[in-house]
Amino acid sequence: MALLQIAEPGQSAAPHEHKLAAGIDLGTTNSLVATVRSGEAKTLVDHEAQDMLPSVVQYQQNGVNVGRLAKQSATQDPQNTIISAKRFLGRTLSDIQHTFGQLPYTFKESDGVVSMQTVSGEVNPIQVSSEILKTLGKRAEDSLGGDLQGVVITVPAYFDDAQRQGTKDAAKLAGLHVLRLLNEPTAAAIAYGLDSGNEGTIVVYDLGGGTFDVSVLRLNQGVFEVLATGGDTALGGDDFDHTLLARFCELAEHQEELTPEQVRYLLDQARYVKEQLSSQDVVTVSLETTGFAWKGEFSRADFDILIQPLVQRTIRTCRRVLKDADVKAEEVQEVVMVGGSTRVPLVREKVAAFFQKEPLVSIDPDKVVAIGAAIQADILVGNKPDSEMLLLDVTPLSLGLETMGGLVEKVIPRNTTIPVARAQEFTTFKDGQTAMSIHVLQGERELVDDCRSLARFALTDIPPMAAGAAHIRVTFQVDADGLLSVTAMEKSTKVAASIQVKPSYGLSDTQVADMIQSSMQHAKEDIQARMLREQQVEADRVLESIQSAVDSDGEKLLSQEELNQISETMRQLATARQSGDVEEIKTAIERVDQATSEFAQRRMDDSIKQALTGQSVDEV
Amino acid sequence: MAITMTQAAADRVKSFLVNRGKGVGLRVGIKTTGCSGLAYVLEFVDELNEDDEVFDIMDVKIVVDQKSLVYIDGTELDFVKQGLNEGFEFNNPNVKDECGCGESFTV
Repeated sequence: MALLQIAEPGQSAAPHEHKLAAGIDLGTTNSLVATVRSGEAKTLVDHEAQDMLPSVVQYQQNGVNVGRLAKQSATQDPQNTIISAKRFLGRTLSDIQHTFGQLPYTFKESDGVVSMQTVSGEVNPIQVSSEILKTLGKRAEDSLGGDLQGVVITVPAYFDDAQRQGTKDAAKLAGLHVLRLLNEPTAAAIAYGLDSGNEGTIVVYDLGGGTFDVSVLRLNQGVFEVLATGGDTALGGDDFDHTLLARFCELAEHQEELTPEQVRYLLDQARYVKEQLSSQDVVTVSLETTGFAWKGEFSRADFDILIQPLVQRTIRTCRRVLKDADVKAEEVQEVVMVGGSTRVPLVREKVAAFFQKEPLVSIDPDKVVAIGAAIQADILVGNKPDSEMLLLDVTPLSLGLETMGGLVEKVIPRNTTIPVARAQEFTTFKDGQTAMSIHVLQGERELVDDCRSLARFALTDIPPMAAGAAHIRVTFQVDADGLLSVTAMEKSTKVAASIQVKPSYGLSDTQVADMIQSSMQHAKEDIQARMLREQQVEADRVLESIQSAVDSDGEKLLSQEELNQISETMRQLATARQSGDVEEIKTAIERVDQATSEFAQRRMDDSIKQALTGQSVDEV
Repeated sequence: MAITMTQAAADRVKSFLVNRGKGVGLRVGIKTTGCSGLAYVLEFVDELNEDDEVFDIMDVKIVVDQKSLVYIDGTELDFVKQGLNEGFEFNNPNVKDECGCGESFTV
């Protein structure tokens, strides 16, 4: 029979309707999947009782290997074994070549998509990532005994739009429904339950095997905001091992160059010694391989001296990131440790000294991100009572679109909690207008030129109608990941067009702050500019409609004198429009209105007369 | 009337309660739903209801409402592993028929 888990009070699911969800830490080197069962968040293991899945995919003539097997084949089959594909997600070829230099892959780029040549054809980083996600998704479904309703996938806080979209695409390709993407440091903070606090500043120190990241988060009423991130993409526990290896060579007085076998042996030994020294003060080391021998005691103090400069580098980065975030070390409430290398006592010691508080280390630093993702997934899929706070994000800046005259109409104001959808109706400006250009903008200012352009698209095939008769509904929708989609639809024909953009990323916090500040500084002139533009648009509309009325009925209904008078007021309005004086335009518009009211009356009578011609009174 | 629990089940319930950090015990019961009529309920208990009966089994408080007790009297609660999957299982002598997966049943 199906195996049951303990639910929260009143949250028991109906049979066959269990809400299964998982959190996935899609890492550069290793990936993990975790889930909440009977209220407990735990990483899930494979059939060999391993929870870490090396993020390595080997492509073969028929099929793929993912994980340990693929990793083992990396040396023999480097071309077809894709390691750390996460680094290539959402990057262009020149980006990759510039950042990573020599790599064993044959890259290709077409339509902005980078792919690598393997025996089973071209594969792109999204496909490689999807193989990893597929493996983890399968493991979760086997472990939970059912289909997953959704997953939360973690991404580095510094991931941009393209990289986040790439991650989502990979999940889609793997057949997984993404409940949301979660920043890795935020996930770690959630694992420690820090989201239940009201507000505070949290630092997440993430020292992995090959990379170092530090993030400053601000928590405000359950919402995490990333204030600043920093790091070093070439600093991690592997560097500790290499430093130790070099020291072994000194101690053994080994002068010759090491063979690859010796390097591998010594690195394994170095890692072993490093790990032992996390719990012991002294380790007896006995190194013996072909052409290399050394025996002796190695103490934690010896090791600390070796890695001191490396650890100091991470502390310098912490200092810089705090400065970027404009936060003082003593203002930091909690420091969360992530990554296996934070087990090294010297690392903990230095971090504690710098932030003047003991960092949080009780959750396995290799699993903490996946666990936080699992907790978030459990909440998002609906396994918690409503009272439990849902982690929310807000739009950092207002979102809107361009209207006539270069004005911005705000559709979603800033600080709106997401996900959100808002719609507004717009109409056509000219008679017979069959297309409308939609220009999506982000910012607080009133004029298009002062806001940031996000996207443009066109709604075409609007049926020809009189100006102002078409109803075009424009819907702005921001999903839980901050992805904005804008849809425009003409209501009578249901003709629609849409576009997707990612507004919040790509802008640094300082840029956002600048944009908000400048909107305050320019509030007055912005309003004036807006009023002017509105009057100018109104003037254009009046001139346009009167011209078209004169063109069709002028000869029939107006005397030459009347026609001259109307033309004269129109000419005055056209001049006033250019003057830049709001009042002058207003007065000119009024004059045109007066001069043409008789004409409008006659046109009305005329059209009624035409409509009635040939009909008896009874019929009307 | 009573229900029982295996040692494995008792150990897991205890550890889940400790991990959760609150709750007085485990609610075991049934509700009318599902493809075959009745379905099991397995929930943490924060507050007892008036018609609840409490069984103290191996240091775990098992809470059953009186209506449910009729249908699950004599049931043994077990914790089992099936491949990668693991969870609780009801061995209920009252069951006459159940749906393919055993999640719902009739008595």
